[in-house]
Amino acid sequence: MKEILIIIFATIFVENFVLSKFLGVCSFLGVSKDLSNSVGMSGAVIFVMTVASAVTWLVYTYILAPLDMMFLQTITFILVIAALVQLVEIVMKKTLPRLYKALGIYLPLITTNCAVLAVSILNIQRDYTFIKSIVFGFSAGVSYMVAILIFAGVRERLELCDVPECFKGFPISLVAAAFVSLAFMGFSGLFAG
Amino acid sequence: MKGFKIIKNGILNENPIFRMVLGMCPTLAVTTSAENGLGMGLATTFCLVGSNMIISLLRRIIPDKVRIPAYITVIAGFVTIIELILKAFFPALDESLGLFIPLIVVNCIIMARAESFANRNPVWDSILDGIGMGIGFTVSLVLIGSVREILGAGSIFGKSFLTGEMKPILIFLLPPGGFMILGFLMALINKITNRTTPIRHCGSCPMNCVGRSCEKESVA
Repeated sequence: MKEILIIIFATIFVENFVLSKFLGVCSFLGVSKDLSNSVGMSGAVIFVMTVASAVTWLVYTYILAPLDMMFLQTITFILVIAALVQLVEIVMKKTLPRLYKALGIYLPLITTNCAVLAVSILNIQRDYTFIKSIVFGFSAGVSYMVAILIFAGVRERLELCDVPECFKGFPISLVAAAFVSLAFMGFSGLFAG
Repeated sequence: MKGFKIIKNGILNENPIFRMVLGMCPTLAVTTSAENGLGMGLATTFCLVGSNMIISLLRRIIPDKVRIPAYITVIAGFVTIIELILKAFFPALDESLGLFIPLIVVNCIIMARAESFANRNPVWDSILDGIGMGIGFTVSLVLIGSVREILGAGSIFGKSFLTGEMKPILIFLLPPGGFMILGFLMALINKITNRTTPIRHCGSCPMNCVGRSCEKESVA
């Protein structure tokens, strides 16, 4: 139990996926334009990450490892994730039209979101059990949400600022992200030892 | 002459990092030193050239509807090759790039070039495009890596130039420094070239853009 709690807090705060591991930065910068988009995107990310870490763990443990084909890990995982996203999209469209309306447009974005593939690979690298993998996948999604929500707030403020011409758009957002990331540095060392 | 133009396009006009702003994750994560940047850049270039070549060869065979999964498979194949090569011959580099080598698969640059160049151009042009984009990416990574290394570790390509009481500014090696240096370098380049880099709503993801409203912005 204690280990699981440590995984949750360490993933969300200490090694925040976006701000200290640079995973999913592309969509982080692109989608955080306004708050409602950010909520939709991070909801989709949490969902896909949790399901993907469960499925890729099972695929690795029961198919790749017994057959001694671990070198196919990258290629298998990305295909599993791509297929999974498609499947989730179809199922959601049929069964949960409301949720689909909210999250649907973000789903195709997720296949190329490196954070999802990273979660699956890290699960294997760190020898997590099945339960821990799911917890890690879920909390990685939450860490993405925390980062993107905070940053969406910062971005809304930036809109009102008079920024030098050459800094407009990406550069000033990156500098702002640096300060948000600096704030998260304060958590480092929280669970050391 | 046309070939030269394609290569130049990748390095200057459509520089993947400073113009197109693609592939931010490896850009920020591995540029803690110039050497890592160089390694990552070359590994990505290899995958880019290889996948551009194969996708261009197969462009009449791959059905339009399943082209994205087909591209992903081709790219993942090349990434696996480079992964194994690095593990076998450059274990130190493999150690320091770590997780970001398998993540080359989801690097938006490769997908964007497959979708916007390789699937509608002949093989030779696609290879040149891969080389140009790869050089553009590598040069940018080495630039960011050098600045971060000089400020954060006080060394250039691993050779320290610090003397006596001088201390490096460690923060530039840490995540916040990565964001900051990239932001300032991008602004500097915008200032020199007199342009801006607006943020696209699609999240810089080439797959989402293709065939939709923001195509013009992202796929020049």
